Amino acid sequence: MSDFTSNFWSVYVTAVTVIGIVACLFLLWFSGKAKAMTANDNTTGHVWDGDLREMNNPLPRWWVGLFVITIVFAGVYLAFYPGLGNSAGKLGWTSTGQLQAEIAKGEADIAPIYARFDSMTPEDMAKDPQAHAIGERLFMNNCSQCHGSDAHGSKGFPNLTDADWLHGGTPDKIIETLNQGRIGQMPPMAAAVGTADDVKNVANYVLSLSGSPNDSVRAALGKPKFAACAACHGADGKGNQALGAPNLTDDIWLHGYGENAIINMVNNGKVNQMPAQAQKLSPAQIKVLASYVWGFSNTGAAK
Amino acid sequence: MNVPASTAGKKIIPVVASPDKGPIAPPPGADEETIALYEAHKKIYPRSVSGYFSKWRWALVFLTQLVFYGLPWLEWGQRQAVLFDLGARRFYIFNLVLYPQDFVYLTGILVISALSLFLFTAVAGRLWCGYACPQTVYTEIFLWLEKLAEGDRSARMRRDAGPWNLDKVWRKAAKQFMWIAVGLWTGFTFVGYFTPIHSLGAEFMALSMGPWETFWVLFYGFATYGNAGYMREQVCKYMCPYARFQSAMFDKDTLIVTYDQERGEPRGARSKKADIATLNLGACVDCSLCVQVCPTGIDIRKGLQYECIGCGACADVCDTVMEKMGYARGLVKYSTQNALSKHWTNAQTLRHVLRPRVLIYTGILLAVVIAMLTSLWLRAPFKVDVERDRGTLARIVSGGRLENVYRLQIMNTRETPQTYEVSVEGLPGLTVSTDASMEVGPTESRWIAVRVQLPYEGAAPGSYPIHFTVKSAPVSAVVTEKSVFIVPR
Repeated sequence: MSDFTSNFWSVYVTAVTVIGIVACLFLLWFSGKAKAMTANDNTTGHVWDGDLREMNNPLPRWWVGLFVITIVFAGVYLAFYPGLGNSAGKLGWTSTGQLQAEIAKGEADIAPIYARFDSMTPEDMAKDPQAHAIGERLFMNNCSQCHGSDAHGSKGFPNLTDADWLHGGTPDKIIETLNQGRIGQMPPMAAAVGTADDVKNVANYVLSLSGSPNDSVRAALGKPKFAACAACHGADGKGNQALGAPNLTDDIWLHGYGENAIINMVNNGKVNQMPAQAQKLSPAQIKVLASYVWGFSNTGAAK
Repeated sequence: MNVPASTAGKKIIPVVASPDKGPIAPPPGADEETIALYEAHKKIYPRSVSGYFSKWRWALVFLTQLVFYGLPWLEWGQRQAVLFDLGARRFYIFNLVLYPQDFVYLTGILVISALSLFLFTAVAGRLWCGYACPQTVYTEIFLWLEKLAEGDRSARMRRDAGPWNLDKVWRKAAKQFMWIAVGLWTGFTFVGYFTPIHSLGAEFMALSMGPWETFWVLFYGFATYGNAGYMREQVCKYMCPYARFQSAMFDKDTLIVTYDQERGEPRGARSKKADIATLNLGACVDCSLCVQVCPTGIDIRKGLQYECIGCGACADVCDTVMEKMGYARGLVKYSTQNALSKHWTNAQTLRHVLRPRVLIYTGILLAVVIAMLTSLWLRAPFKVDVERDRGTLARIVSGGRLENVYRLQIMNTRETPQTYEVSVEGLPGLTVSTDASMEVGPTESRWIAVRVQLPYEGAAPGSYPIHFTVKSAPVSAVVTEKSVFIVPR
């Protein structure tokens, strides 16, 4: 009860609790007997409206015993658990402590299940039904919010089931992504590219890289201006996984398809972030999850 | 407090003393005294009884206990016929497999139970209490064991009053042994409805039951032992909620255990050969057997009392006495208030059973039973839940198609693997882009992500109702579930 700013409330709560319990005991004691006129027919002699009589049906004494037990229980409970104002109780119980104990117990419970996966390769794990089931649950609880429950992603959130990887698709790289998170950063490049017209030309060149519909004249004009982009995306536009720069030559459009989307990207840039999971998940869980994600594009296990 | 003799302007209705209840007003000169409002338990020693109603009671004891003790041992295919698997959240009842989603059937059973209670109570009083209630049934079994070890009422009373000697010790020990054995067996059987009883039996023998199984066996066993061995009528009188509200369903045409006061009074002992007319006596010989056999310790001759559970033990024992005396049976019998006061014949009494409230209860009860059975009969062999994906609202995929993602939970209630075909309708050109066929194992429930696609210009931006149709094989059935397809701007 450290929330109280002064000791007054602690004393107040203690007093209300103790007085309440003592009052119950008092009531129990004094309601056991009553002064009444007793007739010999088990009525109390009280008569209303001429013929309405009060019966004397005493409470069985064992039931009074149950009330006494609740009072004893209250005393024992308050001695062991917090309840009397600031008193922490003999057991020193706290809800935080209970939570910690339950987390520790939960981790101890699942440790043997994960121990099975220690010696397994990601390839083996991706085929293992138990690992798959655990991976699916971890994915549903931690990843599906952004990447979708079918892992196909959506605008701004990468599709995990294709062969296109921003930061590398090996199991080790996926584990690294999960542990540390990723920041995908494209700075605004309009100034480096040139005029608004140049930007439009570059956009058409980018479209031409993947064979998408484009204005070939503008694309040809945009080609030399692409040098500003090549630092990250490479001279051939195939991207760079070390920097997280997307491949521009495939038909995958993470931030939108078409001339306008590309112009927007060049003008404004984009900061995209995948949060780190190392704080939330244990290394064993990360490993199972990584092999589950890896399985999407490598074993055909994805559905 | 007494009624003041003269309340200003108020007319005092004189109170008339009824013959067997003593004066209503306290006798003149009576003093106020301190009375205890808590009462020590007075042990009741019911005498064993045989007769028509007793046979019925024992028949119901055997019937209910045959079902209770026997049912968990029945096998059905590869599993226990009746098993409430709380861990896996599946209830198996013969060929039915119920999911938590079928909870409405529990409501149905409770409604049927309540209406049956109303109906039977309106017709013939506390039939449930007297014949089928577990409290009555186990008390009956425990009383029988008590009689086996300690003898009938008088022997038990004599021995309890006497000193502790070897005879008393071993008889009490034998009784305790039998009581505890029946209690434990009952607790074990109870747990056997929730844990497969064969493996539970093996664990029980090896003393290796799990902590919760052990707890519930002991808890339920102790409850049986305590309630049937010691609490007995106290449960009915002080703890049972049904006991109190059942009297609200009584009316003057309800069959109740009654004492025919006109015929019985004035009561008194007499020789078998004596002529009643000359002695000016009624048929009641005041043998007090009706009080001795009563499991709740009341005197039925004082009229209907809330403690009466309607078991008919007093009627049985009185009939044997009447026969011995050469009198007509039925001084204590099932009759109605109207029948007694209006001197109806049995046929007249029975004719009054069919009164509006009974017909209404019967009608509603039948309607609920039929509705429940029909619903169970027509129940689809699997269930489908459709949940729109919470991660992605809608997306455009390569090929320029709009895609929405759904998660379908398919719950197979059959004990064979089933294959399901998913299709979708609601918009022109709407297709399922994932594998539309999926297999779900026996009594399994599976979540499956399903992608649904629409051509890019297939619909204006907005939300459209669509329907998933899921077909199953080999058990052919169709379930349709609705959802929405979202077309983004």
